[in-house]
Amino acid sequence: MTLRDFINNLLGRQPASATAAKQRLQLVLAHDRSDLNPELLEQMRREILEVVSRYVEIDLEEGDVSLETEDRVTALVANLPIRRTKPLPLQESKPDGEGPGEPDPVWTATQA
Amino acid sequence: MPVTTSGSRSILICSGKGGVGKTTLTANLGIALARQGMRTAVLDADFGLRNLDLLLGLENRIVYTAQEVLSGNCRLDQALVKHKLEPNLALLPAGNPRMLEWLKPEDMQTIVGMLRESFDIVLIDCPAGIEDGFKNAAGAAEEAIVITTPEVSAVRDADRVIGLLNTRGIKPIQLVLNRVRPKMMANQEMLAVDDVTDILALPLLGLVLEDEQVIVSTNRGEPLTLNGSNSPAAQAYNNIARRVCGEDVPLIDPAKVRRGLRAKLGRLMQTKIF
Repeated sequence: MTLRDFINNLLGRQPASATAAKQRLQLVLAHDRSDLNPELLEQMRREILEVVSRYVEIDLEEGDVSLETEDRVTALVANLPIRRTKPLPLQESKPDGEGPGEPDPVWTATQA
Repeated sequence: MPVTTSGSRSILICSGKGGVGKTTLTANLGIALARQGMRTAVLDADFGLRNLDLLLGLENRIVYTAQEVLSGNCRLDQALVKHKLEPNLALLPAGNPRMLEWLKPEDMQTIVGMLRESFDIVLIDCPAGIEDGFKNAAGAAEEAIVITTPEVSAVRDADRVIGLLNTRGIKPIQLVLNRVRPKMMANQEMLAVDDVTDILALPLLGLVLEDEQVIVSTNRGEPLTLNGSNSPAAQAYNNIARRVCGEDVPLIDPAKVRRGLRAKLGRLMQTKIF
């Protein structure tokens, strides 16, 4: 926040428009660059949650899958708080590589 | 001496959005480069809405165009229009808009290849948009200058174009920020220079201040860099030309363009407090 924004805030004025411009641009470009429309993103989010919840019980309210952009690289960031792990389905069980998991894992996949 | 293209450069001037200053930059940069002794060709790749001839004041001297060169109806040197006051600069005019029906990226490559045999620098004035006209022009360039203004729509469109240039392997890609208004920037009512360069992640080749003289010069068909003007935009275009040639010229700081108490207050107000 700049000094001007702070004073505007105190006086109950709108913040200077450059801040809004930058924020709106960053948001719209994150989607432009990933070439994913909101419906596709929503569908992907649902499917990711579905797959993850097969293995662990996750907090669907807190779960968040979004696109973030920095330096022309867009990343898909999923933040899924785990309530507890589920017993692995017997047929597909693999050698147990990981323990019960950390409480708040962040899974990141980087896209071109 | 054998003719080679190895030392010759082809630079695309593009923006995505229309009306941000592509053609004005091409005309002024072309003249400025020519005045520095570079043999410079400017190619109007905007066949649909050509205007480069008009900004250079050469509209009455066009006999042949890129179309006749490609179809073999004239030689390249017959189509090139030399600038009378700046003989190092030549324009290859855009052909008929109907050319768009059959023109292919290979045709543009042919034309640019021919120009590179006898010029040090070929500037390609790209049409707005990201459709065929852009693709044809981009296919013939090795480097690119993306021009934008500090407005959300122009920056967004520039970002699309930069993405497309990146996938084509064009580099370097450099940025020119046009129509900068120092006062609005000081009041934080215009995207700051750093905001735009951060978002687009491109090196800044130049900053052009908003300048009424640009309109005056286009009215006359005499680019600002032609008549030794010292207006802010003319200085910016000349500096861009020097940077294109590899000279290290410092960028102007829009915050320092304005002097006095109000400007100082504006700078104070931009201080990041948290």
